Amino acid sequence: MELCLGIPAEVLETRREGELLIVKVRMGGVIREVISAIEDLKPGEYVIVHAGVAVSRINKDELEEILSIWSQIV
Amino acid sequence: MALIERRIKELYERNPLSRRVVEEIHSVAGKLREKGFNHLKIMNFCGTHEWTITHYGLRSLMPDNVELIAGPGCPVCITPGHYVDLLVELSMEGYVIHTYGDAYKLPGSKPVGIRSLYDAHIEGGDVRIVYGFLDAVKTAARERGRKHVFFAVGFETTMPSTAVPLSKGIVPDNLLILSAYRYTPPIMRYLLEKVPGAHLDGILAPGHVSAVIGSEAWRFLPEEYGIPTVVAGFEPLDVLLAIYYMLKMLYKGEPGLINEYKRVVKPNGNPDALKAMRMVYEARDAYWRGIGVVPRSGGYHRDEYLKHDLYHYLGIEDKPVNDNLPGCRCGEVSLGLVKPTDCPLFMKTCTPSSPYGPCMVSVEGTCRIWAENLPLKL
Ligand code: SF4
Repeated sequence: MELCLGIPAEVLETRREGELLIVKVRMGGVIREVISAIEDLKPGEYVIVHAGVAVSRINKDELEEILSIWSQIV
Repeated sequence: MALIERRIKELYERNPLSRRVVEEIHSVAGKLREKGFNHLKIMNFCGTHEWTITHYGLRSLMPDNVELIAGPGCPVCITPGHYVDLLVELSMEGYVIHTYGDAYKLPGSKPVGIRSLYDAHIEGGDVRIVYGFLDAVKTAARERGRKHVFFAVGFETTMPSTAVPLSKGIVPDNLLILSAYRYTPPIMRYLLEKVPGAHLDGILAPGHVSAVIGSEAWRFLPEEYGIPTVVAGFEPLDVLLAIYYMLKMLYKGEPGLINEYKRVVKPNGNPDALKAMRMVYEARDAYWRGIGVVPRSGGYHRDEYLKHDLYHYLGIEDKPVNDNLPGCRCGEVSLGLVKPTDCPLFMKTCTPSSPYGPCMVSVEGTCRIWAENLPLKL
């Protein structure tokens, strides 16, 4: 319900309503249907969900990478 | 020990990484002081960054010459009051109003009486809180006999919520949209060019806005204004690291753009979302509450989508009214010119349970964040 909070979520299922891609996601303990703003989203991927829309993929490799960058820099 | 102090202790002690980043920040800030930088101002654009900074007490970890200030990144705070006035009226006339929970208690331009959609709901208006636009689409499709209005508040992060379904043609005819969308890069330009006293030494660019528009959208900040800019995530470590990067760039005299949030943000953002946004919306000069008219900062429906545009449907003009509530300093808070604690109404007339001004309404509002997290260092 909060507007600007992006929440990480796992894509569980996808379906189409006309041309619109709708994805079922798990965010924390909650399962919801949200609009996908990413055309080729697939189950198993991780996304940031914002105000009922999957706006961005989370890149898991980058996540690993950032941890290693942190430990190098400091 | 107060909860917030315990959190800081955890952050600082249990996590050797953050301790080291904080030490590095102090070391660079010390060298910058030797170069004469006695007061460095770093602005975080986004309300969620402000939450991280305040909630985890990051200000109390900063060296004396580094000040962290909150910026205009709360969409509810800058949403014009006349939009709320109009929706309140329509809710009383039989329209169904769909709003995000965040904007439910947002006051319109009136200091007393029925001020918000929440008040209108109590008085019998049909106002429904939705999680997202999809809920409004489903409800409008079910209740075809009534006119529905979606209150589309937000920045580029929220724009895809209506742009994508509109571009795919799946929005029912009886669902109208009041677009309160605002673009974020224009407000930073406005702040730097038009607002006296708004000198900034570093900018923490918004993470999720950038996930849509891309980190490159902020390149103008270092290139045209010479301000080190970092796109960052929302964990305390993300924010600390971003501050360290900014100070380092300042010290080297090489202002640049760094994307620290690569796990989510790509240089060119989300092309699918951007395509839909460009198809459906065009940028025009638009009013920001408490701030003024900002060039090319409002998302307005293009001609092809006007049948869903509330103002077009009603045949009236989107005309701002004076929506500055007497005594409220939310506009100045949004521009980082004053702190919530500089407002005499803070936690007196204006509280999270009974917000008087817009900055106390949304969980992204600086006043609300400060009210709920009592900053240790102001
Ligand atoms: S505390 Fe309330 S009245 Fe004061 S600036 Fe913030 S929102 Fe406005």
